[in-house]
Amino acid sequence: MGGVAQIGPVMTAVFLASLVEAVEALTIILAVATVRGWRPAGVGALAGLISLAVIVLALGPALEIVPLRLLQLAIGILLLLFGMRWLRKAILRAAGVLALHDEEKAFAATTAELRREGAAAAQRADWLAGVASYKAVLLEGLEVVFIVIAVSAGRGLLLPASVSALAACALVAVAGLIVYRPLARVPENTLKFAVGVMLSAFGVFWTGEGLGVPWPGEDLAIVVFVALFLATGLVSISLVQRSRTATAR
Amino acid sequence: MNALAAVAREVVGLFVDDGWLAAAIVAVVALAGLAAALVPNVYLPAGLILLVGCLGVLVANVLAAVRR
Repeated sequence: MGGVAQIGPVMTAVFLASLVEAVEALTIILAVATVRGWRPAGVGALAGLISLAVIVLALGPALEIVPLRLLQLAIGILLLLFGMRWLRKAILRAAGVLALHDEEKAFAATTAELRREGAAAAQRADWLAGVASYKAVLLEGLEVVFIVIAVSAGRGLLLPASVSALAACALVAVAGLIVYRPLARVPENTLKFAVGVMLSAFGVFWTGEGLGVPWPGEDLAIVVFVALFLATGLVSISLVQRSRTATAR
Repeated sequence: MNALAAVAREVVGLFVDDGWLAAAIVAVVALAGLAAALVPNVYLPAGLILLVGCLGVLVANVLAAVRR
């Protein structure tokens, strides 16, 4: 069973990451529902969820036969790649180098694309709309599945991590159904920054464990790594902002 | 087939967005692995290389992104 020092960060990281991914998937589903109705949106989303369930059921037993050290190393490296990618993007967005992800804009772009496709091939419009909904749920869901498996694998934390992910997805689904528009007010970049910090910290911890590193303080080392990545991220934002100001002068 | 290729591309994109960053992370892990292999039973240097290397790669990458 995972240590107490891990359960909190694991559940928080999974909840926040799932929140971000669910908001992005909801934007596409709402766009599909707005242009073509709830039927293709719902069928596509349901098919996406079924595909995800199949992937989880296939992947779960396969992970159990992989030796723990190898699993920790592989997942640690993937977490580093995934978490530092999110962190890098969040830093560049916070510093104003990249534009912030705008759910309203994504919604408008998707509805415009679906309308164009619908006008060009009216008979295939529902099919294309369903595929858009399916892809959104599958791709955003894959990120959630990866995070759940990566932060909980080999630690006995699959259940709390899954509960966290489901709670975040349910929260977004309910909020989306109530407001029936993209959840543009969710501070997506701040959430991505926080998740990037936590996943990068887990990545360092598990890659190290996979290499045989006996981290001082064991699981508590994760808290120190979180603090270090957080401080580095904040300093990086400040450095980038200063560098841009200096260049602009 | 095109849809499958697009999904595969997006799955790879989950982990590799900026090739420079991905390559640098893999290099840091390889270096830490090398340190662990060269100095058996003393694993802390490998841990330090991993931690400091990842933090350094992050800062270097965002600063390079601004210059680009």
